[in-house]
Amino acid sequence: MNHRAVRAIYLFEMARTWRTLLQSVVSPVLSTSLYFVVFGAAIGSRITQIEGVSYGTFIVPGLIMLSILTQSVSNASFGIYFPKFSGTIYELLSAPVSFFEAVLGYVGAAASKSIILGLIILATAWLFVPLHVMHPFWMLTFLVLTAVTFSLFGFIIGVWAGNFEQLQVIPLLVIAPLTFLGGSFYSINMLPEAWQTVALFNPVVYLISGFRWSFYEISDVSLGASLGITLGFLAICMATVWWIFKTGYRLKN
Amino acid sequence: MPPIISISHLSKTYGSGLKALNDVSLDIDRGEIFALLGPNGAGKTTLISIICGIANPSAGQVLVDGHDNVADYRAARSMIGLVPQELHTDAFETVWATVSYSRGLFGKKANPAYIEKVLRDLSLWDRKDSRIITLSGGMKRRVMIAKALSHEPQILFLDEPTAGVDVELRKGMWEVVRALRATGVTIILTTHYIEEAEEMADRIGVINKGEIILVEQKAALMQKLGKKQLKLHLLGTVEAIPPQLADYNLALSEGGSQLIYTYDSKAERTGITGLLAALREAGIRFHDLDTTQSSLEDIFVSLVRA
Ligand SMILES: Nc1ncnc2c1ncn2[C@@H]1O[C@H](COP(=O)(O)OP(=O)(O)OP(=O)(O)O)[C@@H](O)[C@H]1O
Ligand SMILES: [Mg+2]
Repeated sequence: MNHRAVRAIYLFEMARTWRTLLQSVVSPVLSTSLYFVVFGAAIGSRITQIEGVSYGTFIVPGLIMLSILTQSVSNASFGIYFPKFSGTIYELLSAPVSFFEAVLGYVGAAASKSIILGLIILATAWLFVPLHVMHPFWMLTFLVLTAVTFSLFGFIIGVWAGNFEQLQVIPLLVIAPLTFLGGSFYSINMLPEAWQTVALFNPVVYLISGFRWSFYEISDVSLGASLGITLGFLAICMATVWWIFKTGYRLKN
Repeated sequence: MPPIISISHLSKTYGSGLKALNDVSLDIDRGEIFALLGPNGAGKTTLISIICGIANPSAGQVLVDGHDNVADYRAARSMIGLVPQELHTDAFETVWATVSYSRGLFGKKANPAYIEKVLRDLSLWDRKDSRIITLSGGMKRRVMIAKALSHEPQILFLDEPTAGVDVELRKGMWEVVRALRATGVTIILTTHYIEEAEEMADRIGVINKGEIILVEQKAALMQKLGKKQLKLHLLGTVEAIPPQLADYNLALSEGGSQLIYTYDSKAERTGITGLLAALREAGIRFHDLDTTQSSLEDIFVSLVRA
């Protein structure tokens, strides 16, 4: 194991984060605050409570998940796509670094960044609404699992993408709708019955439900189902990454 | 000693169906400077990319110091530093950060003193804290060389290292390359500046249309293919070459004011003495003479045209 290489990639990617601190941290925090203002204060004042918690409080876990999902995907996809685009990937390919080590460095950095971001948003939310995390262990577990899974997913997109449009298209067309429809802003129970069934095909529902449960013990689906779907998606991403490694897909000529 | 790089029956067909390399076999000797010459699109970069692990071969094998560069890629790649032809650098990192990163990537323990030496040797020390985007093209090229040297490779690939580098710095780079060779590093370089190969290389390989058409010690190559010419500046002009000189390989030029004799410099008898005697007999007098030897460039051009 070339642990120095993993470290070098990790630190290099993290350095990129610090350099672009404004867009990497400030903008998600700002947009989350806007969500609070719009959904929490404006709309929330008309919705009294959902399953015993105020609307503003209810949406916090969903908002954090929303940011973690989109940020993990965009960080990780950009992290590996950019060297491909600029040509600096030659160095990674010519270095004594296994594909696994590269994934560890890139995905590790992207996931770390999302986790830090999630915690920052949590702290921001604290300023707006009273919060109580009933199961901190599960909260962190879901946070880390989601960040790692979607960073892997982003890595795959970054490897697959042949241009900037393709890099954007999956987050825009798949991730964003799934998260918006994934119960960030409402409980699945509030949907008409038919749509509740449809919603259960959305994996994000399970992530948000599990995450929200760790806060308030409110969930749309059981904790086991949430954990199972999350781990299942993680397994699919890992298998895909392994397949990319086996075939050298789109990284080498 | 076994060769440090042994390439056997390497072929490469790109996805487009283009055959960039066709059954290339080549050995690189330990500690030599090997210049790979060939016209645009000959397959030089493709060959280097496969050896370094950037492209997959379609067929054939590469051994780097006995390590298969695919099966045992860690051992193989650890030995190699690569300066690619295209300027692919980070933009917002500093010179110091990007060079240190390369060292880490190759699994080497951090060694600031060594990196300082590399940067100083390449006249980059005073720019170490500059972001790469603020450097000139020639400086970026040197940053790429510094990155390749950062992990103390035993083999260095330089794919057109001096393209876009000014004359003085080019000489400086040659010095760096020579100093590296003196420490035992094997160097493989490609260049379109033939005089660079002539100046630097121990051995020369010529590749054309994906095939190695010649590999030779530079000195032997120059001698073997080197034609010499004796140019006689005549007093007055000659209409035609007199029949008694027909046995000599002569040509008239400059409107009959010059007589050019082409001969083989490595031959036992060059025939110069005889020619001069014959000239005197024919009453042709000259006021000056000089000899020229064909350069590597002439040799190269004639090879690739053939
Ligand atoms: N990624 C690629 N996909 C398809 N064809 C390629 C690719 N890279 C190179 N080629 C083709 O392979 C052939 C060899 O290219 P290569 O870059 O190895 O030449 P070269 O000898 O390095 O030329 P130059 O002196 O211009 O750098 C060319 O015909 C080129 O068009
Ligand atoms: Mg080339």
